[in-house]
Amino acid sequence: MIEGAAWRRWVFYNIPLIVFVFVLLFPFYWMIITTFRPDGELYRPWNAANYQPFWTNNPTLDHIRYLFEETSFARWMVNTMFIAAVSTVISLVCGVLAGYALARLNFPFAGGLGTAIFVTYLVPQTLLFIPLAEIIRNFRLGDTPWSLILTYPTFLIPFCTWLMMGYFKAIPKELEECARIDGASRFRAMLCIILPVAVPGIMSAGIFAFTLSWNEFIYALVFLSSPEQKTVPVGVTSELIRGDVFFWGPLMAGALLGSIPVAVVYSFFVEHYVSGLTGSVKG
Amino acid sequence: MAVTAVPGVASRPIPRLRRMEDERWLALALLAPTAVLLGLFIAYPFFEGVMLSLSSTRVGIEGQFVGLKNFEKIWSDSIFQTAVWNTFWYTAVTTVFKLGLGLWLAMLLNRHFRGKALVRAFILLPFIIPTVLSTFAWKWMFDPTFSVINWALFQIGFIDQRINWLGDPDLAMTSIIIVNVWRGVPFFAISLLAGLQTISPELQEAAAIDGARPWQRFWHVTWPLLLPVTMVVVLFSVIQTFADFQLVYVMTGGGPANATQLFATYAYQIGIGTGLLSEGAAISLAMFPFLFLIVVVQLLYIRRVETR
Amino acid sequence: MALVSIRNVNKVYDGGVHAVKNVNLEVRDKEFMVFVGPSGCGKTTTLRMVAGLESITSGDVAIGDTVVNELPPMDRDIAMVFQNYALYPHMSVFHNMAFGLKMRKFPKDEIDTRVREAAAILGIENLLDRKPRQLSGGQRQRVARGGAIVRPPQVFLFDEPLSNLDAKLRVQMRVELKKLHERLGTTAIYVTHDQVEAMTLGDRVVVMKDGVVQQVGEPLELYNTPANRFVAGFIGSPSMNFADVTLSGSNGALWAEAPGIRIGLPEPIARRINGRSGAKATMGIRPEDLHVARPGDPAELCFDAEVEVVEQLGSEILLDTRAGSSTFVASVEPTLRTRVHDRLKLAINPDRLHLFDAQTEAAI
Repeated sequence: MIEGAAWRRWVFYNIPLIVFVFVLLFPFYWMIITTFRPDGELYRPWNAANYQPFWTNNPTLDHIRYLFEETSFARWMVNTMFIAAVSTVISLVCGVLAGYALARLNFPFAGGLGTAIFVTYLVPQTLLFIPLAEIIRNFRLGDTPWSLILTYPTFLIPFCTWLMMGYFKAIPKELEECARIDGASRFRAMLCIILPVAVPGIMSAGIFAFTLSWNEFIYALVFLSSPEQKTVPVGVTSELIRGDVFFWGPLMAGALLGSIPVAVVYSFFVEHYVSGLTGSVKG
Repeated sequence: MAVTAVPGVASRPIPRLRRMEDERWLALALLAPTAVLLGLFIAYPFFEGVMLSLSSTRVGIEGQFVGLKNFEKIWSDSIFQTAVWNTFWYTAVTTVFKLGLGLWLAMLLNRHFRGKALVRAFILLPFIIPTVLSTFAWKWMFDPTFSVINWALFQIGFIDQRINWLGDPDLAMTSIIIVNVWRGVPFFAISLLAGLQTISPELQEAAAIDGARPWQRFWHVTWPLLLPVTMVVVLFSVIQTFADFQLVYVMTGGGPANATQLFATYAYQIGIGTGLLSEGAAISLAMFPFLFLIVVVQLLYIRRVETR
Repeated sequence: MALVSIRNVNKVYDGGVHAVKNVNLEVRDKEFMVFVGPSGCGKTTTLRMVAGLESITSGDVAIGDTVVNELPPMDRDIAMVFQNYALYPHMSVFHNMAFGLKMRKFPKDEIDTRVREAAAILGIENLLDRKPRQLSGGQRQRVARGGAIVRPPQVFLFDEPLSNLDAKLRVQMRVELKKLHERLGTTAIYVTHDQVEAMTLGDRVVVMKDGVVQQVGEPLELYNTPANRFVAGFIGSPSMNFADVTLSGSNGALWAEAPGIRIGLPEPIARRINGRSGAKATMGIRPEDLHVARPGDPAELCFDAEVEVVEQLGSEILLDTRAGSSTFVASVEPTLRTRVHDRLKLAINPDRLHLFDAQTEAAI
């Protein structure tokens, strides 16, 4: 690229980049350091002389212990994992099937259905949560993980469908035609030939769905009430605050540990996540 | 010569497999689960929501049809009006900053340097990590007594009085804007980066030889070619931000004094908090016409840009 | 006077790749100079340094009287045609061609006149309102050129502009380019990997390999007197035949020997060799300089060969033959009747025999 002298490169590119990265990552650093900092050090006013933000000399596991002993944090993690995993599977199955149908089959209303699915993405959860709460209660799903497992796909499926549509469209027709000449039925051709080729797409959609499930809040907040049923975001919000008092140590511990599963899964599939994100935007 | 009929050929029944071959049936089968789920948990609640907003239901109390009374009520509610204004302001300001900063970051990333893949992966973290959790980190960073931001500003010498980020009505909106922008910039940056990478560097070089300075190259070559991707990203972001709930709920709960009240948080407060389900539903639904308009306008613009 | 001086120019990339090694060239005013060589030889890098798209690690580039090392591309008064044409997809043909003028703040009516003139020269006036995606490959190529000629620069730079066209179109465009150059007379540097383009277009040709200039000269010079084995094998199609030989002197004459071949070297070459008997060398002879032996051909210029493949081209026949452990391609008249496995006697045109040092590969 046309960049010019070395000093220009530093001023215009490297330094701003470093600033961006610092700002984007600092809150996580803050999360980490607060988790391991003893209460005594934690609660120092900002203009006190002994405010020592960036390091601690007495790391402690007290907050993490508090988290696991005094709250149902472990249970929340299990809940959230379970809900996220099952929702992702459901959405992937629906998304793959629907994506295939819309991308490769000719039938009337194909365009209309595609648009309909798109439209549902535009109906945000915050619009539906009140009537949905009633419906969930009527189906007797209130306060169970199923209330979320069945409703999360509503915002995961449209996304998975588009992603898979994009991938399916890119697979050459010859692949299927070859299989059908060899005697496979349409369905069989789809299963054995197309699906393996679409694996990267499935992985992208899967990881995106997984992170989106973890990120959902309002449905979980409204549909779940007992502490053992809660998901991590809701649990951390409701159980670690007593009235006006925030237990910042355990709170940050909860935030940190709650972030780790998503971060770990993401780190294994970064490329897939990025291609999923950019695929949805370009397609 | 006797001709023996080949048994079974003429009278073979049409097997179920043939039905599968019929594309329409297959399509139906494939789309059925999606249709059921979306119908049951989006279309049905939407319809129910409309019905709810037209009645006088409260928690535990069946309501009767009251027509548009709820809407009239919230329309004259000053808090609702504040919420509407706040939501528009919040959405507009954050989108502008997310676009500007995201574009800048995308251009910084659109070159070769060591560790590029690593940087790109780390940069997405604010977007990946559950909003509620990272928002708590910010809330802690903004805490009036213990804020590390205040400490930093104090050390540099900018302030000597505390900055009450979340308690001061004027500052609270700024604070949530900061957090929303922080969270959204990576999404914009990575998406726009992908768009930038589809623009051949040859075009930039040709423009340079043609006499275009860097700013001119951006305006005449890069920006027009980036427009389609930009519009889609903005569309997604606007929808999300307009309907935002988590961030505000955690940071300020809508306060102080409704300074950060949005559609979603107010609907929650009225519907779930106070139990006035119908009015809450009305507030939620009030989002819809605005959202619809914004989306339609943007889609039309996208259509125009793509066929230009 | 728009000549381009490339003096002791080197390009080293981060990571240590030495792409261009000490290139020294003078492109004369109004000259059409072609850089040719295999991919990775440094020709494009050199061109880009002249354009200002790559920084110069050491050495100087001067356009006219000005040393341009520090000048950005837009201030060097050059125009460039890219391999992929670099047409702005969102602008019409007119605006594509006008872009450079617009950036340099030419008045509107002047832009209009110039663009239309250039379009007329290239025969694309009826395409001015179309977008690039609506044009064929050949049309896009012309638009790219149009953009370059609206603002007569001091130097034209071409980066493999014809590689993306199919063979027939390429021949047509070559002719157009040559006519354009004759008409405008601007100094030009043209980069290609196709030696046919180099031979037909260049006033002078620079052959490069691995970042080093192998030879500079007029096309015919390179063809007739290649400076080393690489140039000899690169220029000319089908390429020159090479055989590893050992030199031996006997009976007062010098011989080049390889299993199955014994060629008597003509006097001019023998003189140059001067006591290198026993040395190894590479013998080179072009297919068109081999013919089926006729009764008058001297025996020391002939050798026996077996036909392996017959390629009938219509205008000639290419025979792939084997003589001992060496293979030779011979270009013979199209009327020759011959089949695979036939044994022939081939004769060498003595004036066209080349000899290259086995180690340095330089021409002897």
